[in-house]
Amino acid sequence: MTLRPFLQQGRPDLPATVFAPWADPNQKPLIRFQNVTKRFGDFTAIDDLSLDIYEREFFALLGPSGCGKTTMMRMLAGFENPTSGRIELAGQDIVPVPPNKRAVNMMFQSYALFPHLTVWDNIAFGLRRDSMPKIDLQRRVEEMLKLTRLEKFARRKPHQISGGQRQRVALARSLAKAPKLLLLDEPLGALDKKLRQDTQFELMDIQEKTGTTFVIVTHDQEEAMTVASRVAVMDEGRLIQVATPADIYEAPNSVYVADFIGDVNILEGTVRATGPNRYHFTWADTGESVTAASERPFSDGQTAHLAIRPEKVQISAERPEGAENAIKGKVHDIAYLGNISTFHVRVAGERIIKAQSANTRRITNRAFTWEDDVWLSWTPTAGVVLSD
Amino acid sequence: MRMSWFNATSLTLGFAFLYLPMVILIIYSFNESRLVTVWAGFSTKWYGELLQNQSFLDAAWVTLKVAVFSSTLATILGTMAAYVLVRGGRFMGRTLFSGMIYAPLVMPEVITGLSLLLLFIGIGLDRGVLTIVLAHTTFSMAFVSVVVSSRLVTFDRSLEEAALDLGASPWDAFRLVTLPIIAPAVISGWLLAFTLSLDDLVIASFTAGPASTTLPIRIFSAVRLGVSPEINALSTIMIAIVTVGVITASLVSKRSMVRQKRDEQAAARAT
Repeated sequence: MTLRPFLQQGRPDLPATVFAPWADPNQKPLIRFQNVTKRFGDFTAIDDLSLDIYEREFFALLGPSGCGKTTMMRMLAGFENPTSGRIELAGQDIVPVPPNKRAVNMMFQSYALFPHLTVWDNIAFGLRRDSMPKIDLQRRVEEMLKLTRLEKFARRKPHQISGGQRQRVALARSLAKAPKLLLLDEPLGALDKKLRQDTQFELMDIQEKTGTTFVIVTHDQEEAMTVASRVAVMDEGRLIQVATPADIYEAPNSVYVADFIGDVNILEGTVRATGPNRYHFTWADTGESVTAASERPFSDGQTAHLAIRPEKVQISAERPEGAENAIKGKVHDIAYLGNISTFHVRVAGERIIKAQSANTRRITNRAFTWEDDVWLSWTPTAGVVLSD
Repeated sequence: MRMSWFNATSLTLGFAFLYLPMVILIIYSFNESRLVTVWAGFSTKWYGELLQNQSFLDAAWVTLKVAVFSSTLATILGTMAAYVLVRGGRFMGRTLFSGMIYAPLVMPEVITGLSLLLLFIGIGLDRGVLTIVLAHTTFSMAFVSVVVSSRLVTFDRSLEEAALDLGASPWDAFRLVTLPIIAPAVISGWLLAFTLSLDDLVIASFTAGPASTTLPIRIFSAVRLGVSPEINALSTIMIAIVTVGVITASLVSKRSMVRQKRDEQAAARAT
């Protein structure tokens, strides 16, 4: 797996304050998966996977259900052991260490709060196992209650508080022992959308305040993009791409990643070099040619995909002057989402290309309507050329 | 709501069928007359008489000892068996074991009693309180394990994992998290085992020795010589004990369920 941050992160000409330990070869990773394979009977959940995660990272494992992300997390917690390979935490092989002896804590998807204990006792549970002195224990629990704004609910039982409060108790309980690594298994899955968004920022805040390394498992790509310093996109037990959210979105390394994260137009065709990092992309559907920039090398005549995000496609009534890439089409459908509108434009017969524009002004009548003839245009760097 | 005559009749018939014999027994235990079937006015004298009857008191004491020890032992073993069956994962012979643990539920008591008798003779164990305790543990353990495993099946496994994750040893996780949560089921299991032991006649008569007659054995042998009002009084007391046990068991589980539901509704309103 090669990691090539080429946007703002990790570039040597940028100030050193940028958080990018993965770009620094002298940094020692906190977690290191080395050729880890996990099989359940005939099913291979994790397939020869290697991955480094660094201290203070907020690392997201993202993928559809059954891709192996939860298995990765359970191996870190110690509930599953790899069939082969090595997992290191701070340089030590943790595979033989049972879950109760690991400096790792986990926040469960179901929260797994102890129903017979109060909020206070739930948070104190882990500290008591370490026989912490009473004074220190009290101070630590109060600190956690304050961090998660639960002071008022300390004496309540888990079923006497709301879903959002339970989520915070689970977080406080897993943070109480100040673990080196906190695992979060779909931590916001049970919350409604509005609360989820607020909680995402709260999580990031707490992660920064405590300086703990977070590994989060989620199937929600928006959530992963919001909270994570790096995202690993997984499929069928393998890592497809590991990069910053911006790189994952703007420079996906495969059609799978481009398609999994956000909305995208994917065109099929062949490429031919026209200059350094410049290619002619001939669209298989129409034979039309567009210009695309790519840092990845392609040989002439190679079949490839061009992935363009809808918001990078401009829509206009006339062919924009000086536009390198422009295609004529007809408006097929319009999705008005309030802040943005997505136009589905039919080009070359049946092919639909999506273009997005921000609704920056309150206008009563749209510039385009159904069946209008329009031009779609984009710059050579707007799309990403991907091999098969 | 008014009940239709059909429902009312069914209900009356059902209850009469179940409880009429017991009601008659209870009524006659307060009979003045020595003749069981002739009513001669209200009296509690047979209860007083019962307290003077040393052989009944001895038998009651044996029965109580046996019931307490065997139900406690059965609860421990039955809970352990249920835990392994529900949580042990797939191990060799799991299906066989889970089928066999329930065998005593359907096994004729005569066979259980006889086989235990042969075992005790075989290993040279003198029959007495100990052998009855062992025998009762054997069959009531199956009932405890049914009650406890039905609770464990619905128990969220991640609670135990959370305890382990927070540094608890597997034993601590069981003691501090699993056990308190399944406690109502364990208590119901204990009460069930207790009542089963209290009124067992067949197995006890196989495994009891001359110095360890239990109350049901004592009653049975007394009745063969003719029903006395004392027996009625004694039976009434036993009915009372069993009734209190069963009602407590159902209240324990119902109360905790009702309270949980109410709290959950309150929490839902608060959000």
